[in-house]
Amino acid sequence: MAEIISLLVENKPGALMRVTGVLVARGYNIESLTVARTLDPTLSRMTIVVDVEDRLRPQVIKQMNKLINVLQAQDHTDSPAVSRELLLLRVRAIAGEGQTKDARTAILKEAEIFGARVVASNTEGFVLEVTGDSEKLDEFIDVMRSYGEIEVTRSGMCSVSLESKKLKLAPPVNRGATQTEEEENGVLNG
Amino acid sequence: MSTAIANKLMSGSEVLLECLVQEGVEVIFGYPGGVTLPLYDAMYDHPIRHILVRHEANAAFAAQGYARSTGKTGVCCATSGPGATNLVTGLVDAMMDSIPMVALTGQVTSKLIGTDAFQEADTFGITRSATKHNFLVKKLEDLPQILHEAFYIAKTGRPGPVLVDIPKDIFQAQGHYTPVHSIHLPGYKVVLDGHNGQIRRAAQMIWEAERPYVYAGGGILHGDASDELVEMVDIVDCPVVNTLMGLGAVPASHPRFISMPGMHGSYAANMGMYNADLLIALGVRFDDRVTGRLAAFAPFAKVIHVDVDPSEISKIRHADLPIVGDVKRVLKRLNVYLRETKDEMAPKTEPSRAAWRGQIKDWMDEHPYDRPVSVDEIKPQHLMCEIDRISGGNAIICTDVGQHQMWAAQLIRYNKPRLWINSGGLGSMGFGMPSAMGAQVANPGKLVFSISGDGGFQMSLPELATIVSNGLPVKIIVMNNGYLGMVRQWQELFYNNRLSQVTLDAFPKADLLAAAYGFKGRTIDHPRDLRSALEEAVAEPGPYLLDVRVTQFENVYPMVPAGGAINEMVLGQPSPAPAGVR
Repeated sequence: MAEIISLLVENKPGALMRVTGVLVARGYNIESLTVARTLDPTLSRMTIVVDVEDRLRPQVIKQMNKLINVLQAQDHTDSPAVSRELLLLRVRAIAGEGQTKDARTAILKEAEIFGARVVASNTEGFVLEVTGDSEKLDEFIDVMRSYGEIEVTRSGMCSVSLESKKLKLAPPVNRGATQTEEEENGVLNG
Repeated sequence: MSTAIANKLMSGSEVLLECLVQEGVEVIFGYPGGVTLPLYDAMYDHPIRHILVRHEANAAFAAQGYARSTGKTGVCCATSGPGATNLVTGLVDAMMDSIPMVALTGQVTSKLIGTDAFQEADTFGITRSATKHNFLVKKLEDLPQILHEAFYIAKTGRPGPVLVDIPKDIFQAQGHYTPVHSIHLPGYKVVLDGHNGQIRRAAQMIWEAERPYVYAGGGILHGDASDELVEMVDIVDCPVVNTLMGLGAVPASHPRFISMPGMHGSYAANMGMYNADLLIALGVRFDDRVTGRLAAFAPFAKVIHVDVDPSEISKIRHADLPIVGDVKRVLKRLNVYLRETKDEMAPKTEPSRAAWRGQIKDWMDEHPYDRPVSVDEIKPQHLMCEIDRISGGNAIICTDVGQHQMWAAQLIRYNKPRLWINSGGLGSMGFGMPSAMGAQVANPGKLVFSISGDGGFQMSLPELATIVSNGLPVKIIVMNNGYLGMVRQWQELFYNNRLSQVTLDAFPKADLLAAAYGFKGRTIDHPRDLRSALEEAVAEPGPYLLDVRVTQFENVYPMVPAGGAINEMVLGQPSPAPAGVR
């Protein structure tokens, strides 16, 4: 079963390696992964689709939270969230007369139906760009495949939560103070 | 903080040493190399103590022995490439057993990183999963912040090893030790106070239980919660077990202490675990060596699980009542609630608890640990009992891994925390002697035993030099049965006694080996010499090597076979097939 995890991660060297390393080491199969800067340039948001049994889903989030570079880990699988993926698809459709000309027109019509944009066009074929959820992209690929030779690059899913969750971060701790002095509400600051 | 130090221009090496001083580090266990030359040059004039080991692997084990016996953060140091990779076993070991440790490794000059330079290894990448966190220093200005963060991460929350990789040019650069006033790790949240409502509910569940059972482990020691644990057990008057990692949390002499549960735990400990209706799990992780087959583990029990690491709760066994927090604090509060509600709630279940205590005692009487004594050969169990007699529950016992480790856990008493030192989670052979070295350095006046099998002893032979060089009066006892005992036991029980590659012949003569290093050694093989030889070893002011030839084919019982249920223990020797040896 696919679990969609959304992580807020510090842009420190090795942070990406740590996240993927833990997932692999714990035996969770990574199906897709996207990562990019957020509004705060010191932080990145990662969306990872992991193949894991339902009952293990909370454990994956806990393992992510254990990483010092991970500020927040959320499970978007069942929670209110919008997930989208980008697809770039190149389809072969030779320019010419008669049958091939019809094929090219048909492709453009399909693209319109799916809301895809033509981002490149030449005598060899087209490159189409489409965004949507995974099922829509899967269908689009199937349809395009029937028209000719295709090559596909997918970005992997990225996901944003519909709920605004307050980010709970650990505040700074003063060195030299004892552990009890450095707490607020029983949580160690640092 | 002295402004004189903050204003002084110094090398990166000196900045590092100042960081260590600020962290209260007294000893580094290490081995120099090419890229750490600048650091070692700075150490030449510096008062910090450095113990030169003879193999980096043992620097990590020694730092662990230091940490495990004191609770302080151990420090080890190695050069780049092979030096750093030699630390990996010790790091993974510390990770598995949650030992606070900081490893400092040199790295090739920054501009050579990634070019396959001489003695270069991707230490940062290799140790990513071997550490709680690791750092590669890119600028000297970052070094103090990184170092102090490293120590903070190592010793807080669930302790663990942290590695700091420092390129040679950083050691050589000139800069300042800028005092670090604050540590900011926004992603590192440690919850210390457990949820009050949960703790109250726990007190209620405990009084409602008819067969409550305390399952306490390493977390009690890391959390310094031994007193609170004993208090809890006394208030409820219920049985308690300590796991391999938790031995000493409850004094062995305590009337409610049963023993260790699990694969080689006692009959009563496992029967109690199986039949309990409430498991109070404190600072434990339901390791497979304890649980056996999960479907058959504590099938009648609800579980209260207290741990500082949220990822351990419900990882293996669903926690009916999870409490994330520092076990010492949680127990303090729990004890208050238990006392408050005792008069009202305890009487109703007291008859059940009394019957339960009686049942535990019956199991303990039915199948105590086997303590065989022979008239013409030394039984390994007898050796452990004699060590126990001399220790009286107070000596520091460091073991290696294998049959001797199991017998030492079963048959030697530990009256206080941090006396029992062993590699539990990873089970690294070669751990014994170097960890004893570290424990002796940390506890100069105390009696320290290093107990190894003949296999594990030979994995850390080089450290005999370190022991002699530093005048460490470690009592090195080799339980010598001529085999890789635990593997041989499994081959006997599960592989039709086909003994493949477990014969450890060509063992050196102890008296000659010790004499070669300039100290005293002896071999004994008769029970009449056992007690006096041990006393002679203990009386010796310096180190002592005692090779004890024990019964060759002796198995550790009880045993829960792999995949077996904890209530289906093998209690004694089945008839073996004739041995085939390759």
